[in-house]
Amino acid sequence: MAIVLDLFVQIAQMVLVLALAPLFTGFVRKTKAHLLRRQGPPLLQPYREVLRLLRKDVVLADSASWVFRVAPYLVFATTWVAAALVPTFATGLVFSYAADVIALVALLGSARFMLALAGLDVGTSFGGIGSSREMLIASLAEPAMLMVVFTLSLLAGSTQLSSIAEFMQASDVGLRFSLALALIGLIMVAIAENARIPIDNPATHLELTMVHEAMILEYSGRHLALIEAAAFLKLLLYVSVIACVFFPWGIAVSGQGPVAYVAGAGVYLLKLAAGGLLLAAFETAIAKMRVFRVPDFLGAALMLGFLATLLLFVTMAR
Amino acid sequence: MALTGLLWCVGALLAVSVAAIPAARLRSASTLVYGATLSVSALALAIAIACLLAGGPLLGALTLPVGLPWLGAHFRVDALAAFFLIVVNLGAAGASLYGIGYGRHEEAPGRVLPFFAAFLAAMNLVVLADDAFTFLFTWELMSLASWALVMAHHRRAGNAAAGYLYLIMASFGTLALLLAFGLLAGPAGGYAFEAIRAAPPAAGVAAAVLALALIGAGSKAGLVPLHVWLPLAHPAAPSHVSALMSGVMTKVAVYGVVRIVFDLLGVPTWWAGALVALLGGVTAVMGVLHALMEHDLKRLLAYHTVENIGIIFIGLGLALAFGANGMRPAAALALTAALFHVFNHSVFKSLLFFGSGAVLTSTGLRDMEQLGGLIHRMPLTAFAFLVGSAAISALPPFNGFVSEWLTFQAILVSPALPQWLLKFLVPAIGALLALSAALAAACFVKAFGVTFLGRPRSDAARSAREVDRWSVATMFVLAAVCLVAGVLPGYFIDALAPVTRSLAGARMPPQGALDWLTIVPVAQSRSSYNGLLLFLIIAFAAGLGAEAIHRWASGALRRSAAWDCGFPDASPATQYTAGSFSQPIRRVFGSVVFRAREEVHIPPPGDLRPAEMHVRLRDVLWDVFYAPIAGVVGYVADRFNKVQFLSIRAYLTLVFGALVALLMVLAVWQ
Repeated sequence: MAIVLDLFVQIAQMVLVLALAPLFTGFVRKTKAHLLRRQGPPLLQPYREVLRLLRKDVVLADSASWVFRVAPYLVFATTWVAAALVPTFATGLVFSYAADVIALVALLGSARFMLALAGLDVGTSFGGIGSSREMLIASLAEPAMLMVVFTLSLLAGSTQLSSIAEFMQASDVGLRFSLALALIGLIMVAIAENARIPIDNPATHLELTMVHEAMILEYSGRHLALIEAAAFLKLLLYVSVIACVFFPWGIAVSGQGPVAYVAGAGVYLLKLAAGGLLLAAFETAIAKMRVFRVPDFLGAALMLGFLATLLLFVTMAR
Repeated sequence: MALTGLLWCVGALLAVSVAAIPAARLRSASTLVYGATLSVSALALAIAIACLLAGGPLLGALTLPVGLPWLGAHFRVDALAAFFLIVVNLGAAGASLYGIGYGRHEEAPGRVLPFFAAFLAAMNLVVLADDAFTFLFTWELMSLASWALVMAHHRRAGNAAAGYLYLIMASFGTLALLLAFGLLAGPAGGYAFEAIRAAPPAAGVAAAVLALALIGAGSKAGLVPLHVWLPLAHPAAPSHVSALMSGVMTKVAVYGVVRIVFDLLGVPTWWAGALVALLGGVTAVMGVLHALMEHDLKRLLAYHTVENIGIIFIGLGLALAFGANGMRPAAALALTAALFHVFNHSVFKSLLFFGSGAVLTSTGLRDMEQLGGLIHRMPLTAFAFLVGSAAISALPPFNGFVSEWLTFQAILVSPALPQWLLKFLVPAIGALLALSAALAAACFVKAFGVTFLGRPRSDAARSAREVDRWSVATMFVLAAVCLVAGVLPGYFIDALAPVTRSLAGARMPPQGALDWLTIVPVAQSRSSYNGLLLFLIIAFAAGLGAEAIHRWASGALRRSAAWDCGFPDASPATQYTAGSFSQPIRRVFGSVVFRAREEVHIPPPGDLRPAEMHVRLRDVLWDVFYAPIAGVVGYVADRFNKVQFLSIRAYLTLVFGALVALLMVLAVWQ
């Protein structure tokens, strides 16, 4: 019976993240617009964008190969699976033992690998610049993320995200310096990985400093819809990771009744709203940085993660 | 007994090697020789797999009355040897199968075929050897055979210099190993491994042996700073031999380290683990940074071998550190990670070298800046190369990810190590490993993207043709192995159990019987990974997305010119190149590691000269370690040069002086 319930939670989670991801992006956009004293697009605009793109023809460059056409599906699928592995409203997901946090980071790495290849596939300078910079950012963001993961796993004694969330929720972890460092590092990585200000500007592809949007410049129609959906999912994933690890209150633990699940879902929505507000406020308050300042930013994230891990190594006697 | 069969296989390979000398003139010589080596390696592979899986009765030792008269030649197959025989013979079978097609393009088969078979035989013998003399003799045979293969095309630019450097480094490495075995054997001179195992050396001697073994076998494996010959020599050989050297011979070197450090030295010390793991971490990052700066496809792959050797040594170092502290399950985990990576790397590195060989055959080019767009002309090679790239970049669900994941798990159990130095060092090594994994992905986006994607940058790339079916078949078999080892890692981990039990005194928990073929290195609550399930879920999610889109979305597709933000340029020269792709990373890391300098000359307006950009990279390690030695040798040689042109009187004086000096020495001695 338990496995059926876990499976149900897992499927609910897959549907939930897919349904919520565009709304979250729309919420961030709307909040940003309000902060800038603009009306802003409606909350549901991202859904409309995806649906509109799905109805449009694909215009494919002559030099594009099958990699270009397959990449959107793989990027979408890996990001979706990765997002579904993060506990949002309940732990005890049935697939969570298939991939721990390290595998989650690697899954996102696979998506990025395919997308960077697709950027190079058409053979234009814009695609190349995007791929090259995306890989530069990833080459520092991924180790920083892994260092944060190390910190959490060492504390919780597990690399399973569900176990980490349960550990943080249940035991008296208290305020730890390592955790603070890891939180800051993780937020920095999340900003970089989701192409947010100050690393990249999600709203434009007309700047020479652009990264993500340059890489996907040649995409159109249903392919672009998939890539956009993957980007929405990735943003939601990072916010969910931060919420479930550092702010685990309210997540239903495996085996609790349906009431706990509903409550968990409500708390999850509140957490998302808080995360979206903070992200929008942060993005409004800060200016975009030059590309070659990005390594300094991410180098700081890597150092924070490394320090957090080192502190744990030194203080742990286990 | 299995050992007899393996020795017969080696004998057959040596016979093929001798027979290939006269046969090389025949038109079908390469097909015959590679066919023969393929069947022999496949047989040896089957025997080795049986030895590893069945264990017990198939393992054994044997002494042949050859070699030193008072010693004989000892051979032995144990679990460790059986595992490395699998790696050697899988690589050998792959290279032979590939060679059947690739070898037809060889202009001088007489320079390749005899040495190829001898090289295979020598690598098998190194793993089978059970005394110091046989080990060193076959090690040197392996070096010489591969040197001859590096020099097969000795007239091509750079190859002779590469061969010269290789010869120096190989002799230097063998000298270090010779001294190591001399120390191990002790004054009584028990050169059989049995005797060495019975009398493990004292702590001081053990430290010296460890250093010598790391220098001797590490230089063959490509451990930084002894790696300098590797990226020159490996690419100079024909591509299937490059695959063997990079994928297999470096693993034989790893075998040498494991045999000496884990087996012969007895109980490990924790600082040995620290040293090995630190060397591994530095090697991994240096290797991948060098690879990123490289535009020659084969040399890029060779540098990447250096990176993967680093990852293997991180695992070995952790295993030593755990073993020294009596943490046997953790040592087994780290050792399994290292050995699994040995297997994985031999598979995907061979695959990638075969791919680069296919590119070389069909375009004649190794320089990535001249390639591009090959996916349209060589779709099968491109697909196999893509699988290899994903595997080596440690992306799930392929095999490279599993072994790196296991290494990370080993790092995560290491806070329990009591030594303070290790507490500081291991997180740093974890960071280096994470950094090298991320940089490897960037490197292979570049390698695959610039070579196979985009638009062709030269006529040769534009008119490329798919290679023969033997080569394609080989690449696909290896790509399939990459996937199978990635989704069913439990069976591979279980197969390594006898090896870790004999070397680390424990094994990882049995994996094959777990539900859904999940792998659980320590405990279910701690960490688990299921490549098969992950692969199936991703396939399911992708299928679901594709199905939904094809049912509800527009299926229309229109071909047109590239959009490129409204500035399409017809010339393929406007694409990103390998150099421009790695430029940001060069700016971030290169200024420190390579002392990279960029010089840009832009002529003033109205001047018709082209703008120029020069990038200067310097290998700091070469400047620090090798340039002074080369300088001293050159200086001394110059001074001695004068002695060559003396008069007869001066020579007679010299001889007289030398005689007097020697007599004095003798007189003082007594």
